[in-house]
Amino acid sequence: MPAGWFRENFTVKSLQFAWRSLRRDFRAGELSVLLAAIVLAVASMTAVGFFTDRVGRAVRAQAAESLAADMVVRSTAEISAGYLGEAERLGLEAVSQFGFPSVAQSDSGSTLALVSAVSPGYPLRGDLRITDKLFGESRVASGIPGRGEAWAEPSLVARMGIAVGDSIQIGSSQLRVTQVLEYRPDQEMGFLSMAPAVLVNLEDVPAMNVVQAGSRVTYSQLYAGDDDELMQLRQFLNNAKTEQEQVRGAEDASEQVTQAIDRAQRFLTLASLVTVILAAIATAMAARRYSLRHLDTVALLKIMGATQSFIQNTLLLQLLLITLMTAVLGTLLGYGAQYVLAWILSELMSFDLPPANLLSGVLGLSTAATVAVGFALPHLLPLKTTPPMRVLRQDLPPPALSAGLVYLIALAALTAMIYSIVRDLKLLMYIVGGLMAMSVLSYAAGSALVRSLTRFRGGVGVAWRYGLANIARRGRESVVQVVAFGLGLMVLLLLGVVRNDLLEAWQQNLPADAPNYFMVNVQPEDWPGIASLLDAGLGEVPEFLPLIRGRVSSIKGVPVDEYTISSPEARRFVRRESNITWTPALPESNEIRAGKWWGESYSGDPQLSMEAGMAAMLGLTIGDPVGINIGGEEFVAKLTSTRFVEWDSLQPNFYLILSPGEVRELPQTYLTSYYVAPEQRETMRLLLQEYPNVTLIDLEAVLQQLRGVIDKASLAVQAVFVFTILAGVLVLLAAVQVTRDERRFESAILHTLGARRKVILQGIIAEFVALGALAGLLGAMGASGIGYLLAENLFDLEYHFDPLLWLFGLTAGAIIVGVTGTLATRKAVNEPPVKVLRNA
Amino acid sequence: MQVSSPEGSLTILENVTFVVSEGEIVALVGPSGAGKTTLLALLAGLDRPSTGDVELCGHSLAGLTEDGRAILRGQHVGFVFQSFHLVSSLTALENVMLPLELTDTPDARANATEALVSVGLGSRTGHYPKQLSGGEKQRVAIARAFVTSPKVLFADEPTGNLDAASGDKVIDLLFEMNRKSGTTLVLVTHDKELAARCDRVLTMDAGRLVS
Repeated sequence: MPAGWFRENFTVKSLQFAWRSLRRDFRAGELSVLLAAIVLAVASMTAVGFFTDRVGRAVRAQAAESLAADMVVRSTAEISAGYLGEAERLGLEAVSQFGFPSVAQSDSGSTLALVSAVSPGYPLRGDLRITDKLFGESRVASGIPGRGEAWAEPSLVARMGIAVGDSIQIGSSQLRVTQVLEYRPDQEMGFLSMAPAVLVNLEDVPAMNVVQAGSRVTYSQLYAGDDDELMQLRQFLNNAKTEQEQVRGAEDASEQVTQAIDRAQRFLTLASLVTVILAAIATAMAARRYSLRHLDTVALLKIMGATQSFIQNTLLLQLLLITLMTAVLGTLLGYGAQYVLAWILSELMSFDLPPANLLSGVLGLSTAATVAVGFALPHLLPLKTTPPMRVLRQDLPPPALSAGLVYLIALAALTAMIYSIVRDLKLLMYIVGGLMAMSVLSYAAGSALVRSLTRFRGGVGVAWRYGLANIARRGRESVVQVVAFGLGLMVLLLLGVVRNDLLEAWQQNLPADAPNYFMVNVQPEDWPGIASLLDAGLGEVPEFLPLIRGRVSSIKGVPVDEYTISSPEARRFVRRESNITWTPALPESNEIRAGKWWGESYSGDPQLSMEAGMAAMLGLTIGDPVGINIGGEEFVAKLTSTRFVEWDSLQPNFYLILSPGEVRELPQTYLTSYYVAPEQRETMRLLLQEYPNVTLIDLEAVLQQLRGVIDKASLAVQAVFVFTILAGVLVLLAAVQVTRDERRFESAILHTLGARRKVILQGIIAEFVALGALAGLLGAMGASGIGYLLAENLFDLEYHFDPLLWLFGLTAGAIIVGVTGTLATRKAVNEPPVKVLRNA
Repeated sequence: MQVSSPEGSLTILENVTFVVSEGEIVALVGPSGAGKTTLLALLAGLDRPSTGDVELCGHSLAGLTEDGRAILRGQHVGFVFQSFHLVSSLTALENVMLPLELTDTPDARANATEALVSVGLGSRTGHYPKQLSGGEKQRVAIARAFVTSPKVLFADEPTGNLDAASGDKVIDLLFEMNRKSGTTLVLVTHDKELAARCDRVLTMDAGRLVS
């Protein structure tokens, strides 16, 4: 053999050798727990990654569609035709749209309608869906309504009692309804714009003669095309646009939803992080065991000529192979699991999800690498320093491993991973701090529980005594197992039991006569009639509040466009129109925080009262002037008070309240909320019959829907935590593996001393049932504690401890841990003692 | 020679000087604690003396790093142990293939099979150590030691864990292999009969070579 062959053939040889020994170790079952743990960590992370990525992309696509274009300019005044010319020059598609509210009349009745007049080409994104008759099968429209035609929304057709083919009058024009308009991409969401829409041809508008000075009209231009050209047009528009013109792109439209999705993604990813941490613990335990079992093999390899660097490279290569394999396997599993999440939430999503993006698989690789490098490597690498002398002297201690260093590496790996998820240093510190606090707390609680077992040892039978003694003897491992399982159970209990308890507590907390109906869109002239109808039917007239649509246009004399606002929430607030009311008396569910309420008889210069949080976000203090634009009319009000608003009171609540005065003259509708007893429902039917223009919202139905949403969402989160329970199982298996040789030897000795197999097995069952019960207890304790904190501090509710929680926690823990632990240990106990003792 | 230990500098071996010729069979005997195993470890480069040197196959071990000594062992040295040291997760064949795989020798499987046949275990290649008797395990270990055709073979109490009959078989095998391949044999043993069959006997007591 040539000298230096070792180094020459090093890489290929290492790889071959690494692969071969890995295969053999795998075959011998030495790696099962380690591989399963990393696969589980990867699956849990990628399932969430794939799923949230799909939802995120669907929502962004939806946002573009909700504009019916890639970019839109809107204004209350006519928009320059020059913009269309510029868009055309850039090669973009462009159409015009013109919207206004108007009364639609027919022989059988009249109703307020939102008329949307469009030019050919509309919509640029998404489709119009139409049908030939009410509730008929809808199809995609190939164009827009022709001259003299109208496409009416189903609610308009129903309210007016007309059919396709009938005529309606808008202004001075007669239009024939030729289609029922089932869907248009930019249809308004939210119940305040529930006036039904009519789609007409833009060229029919002049003949209608409805648009006069002061009319509430919206002019729009819609553009679509490539990103570069859109960007150029945006720059052009930013320079050219007038004060009234607002430019919105798909990213503006989706900003809020995107933020919500990002938040959900972070939350779910952090949830799966719990799984990753438990899986990492199982990995570390399995790696430690692997390392201890391979000391002799490594010493032998050194005897045969293997150098330290060869051993090291072999270990590194093996770990690399493990990382790749587990990443692929885990990602595939995660890919499958995300379909389950999508299926659970499918009812909540009104849109189809795009196919999963395989790029999310990168997360799988980084998860596998983090767990492998952070938790397995520190235990494996010291193997390389095994002295070859070990083959002659078995009593040589294993290579020393600095515990501090191992934890440090693990913590660093974990921190890096969390940072890659949250990308926010402050949040990172909170999470790492929180995790560490949680670890310390749960470890302390787990230790206390394990220690408390010693008390029972005196009063139980031999099997239980043996089992409980085992738990106490392997104190640290026992605590780790109790904590690992307890955490998984805690989250499941929190979502499964405590969530319901909190919802019920909230509902019980509401007064019996809390409003269950909202009425909006009440025209001023209808108010007296409706009030007397309610008085007759319900025996009381609820308070009606005027509702004005308007938006903050300047703050302290500075136009909002130029005013710096750091809070995204506040930025969104000033960008859109909001609901404003005026009232002489402070509404019930409000409380003055600063300044002074104007008093019931005030009618002087306009004063403004703002929700305290929003005022703070806008940097406002008492006395500051705030400009408000209502229907194109601009006026300035002085901020004279800020309010705390009890948003969950089920009363109409407002960010902005104006003092009575000139606002009385502005266009407004009324809204109210009230309680309707089941036997009074008939009144609501009568009301709708007589006043078809009002919109009634059944809060109970809304609450039920909301509850459905919460149920589904928690089910999805619970699904994510099923991985956590599995990770707990792996921690248990890893712990059992570590003690397997010891257990075999012990039960052989016990057999030899005359213990029956049944008694030994009962002892094992007792041990794991007790461990599981402790874990369940810890889970129930944690879930109750968190439930209590949430109820007291966040929701301001009285929390009742639920006995079901404890019962469920104890039983689930005892069963899961009892069965898995016993199954995993049974084989070791069943081996013939002669065989065990001879090989010892 | 002195060896330092965690408890301070302990004189375990002193004034030990001897030469083993190529192809020679040497027995190291002496009471427990005499320093036989320590001497064996030094000879094989598993440990380093505080002073003095060992020359193995023409190489001074004192001038070599741990890795250098490992490489030298890989090239020239075979080992047989009292407790066999077979890897439990590997079959008999895989155990014998192990040193060949380490040196990336071609036809590892064929060579290893041949080695197992030559120790009379041709029919047990697929068996795991736990399925073999003590004597069989030691024969697998011998096949593993000889499969790389080492120049020197160190054996630490090779019959220590075996009954008399199996022990005799193992020793016969070792001697036969030595005859066939001319391998130098250094045996540590308590067995006087075995020692008597060797070319030379080195007796140790309290860290010194007494004869």
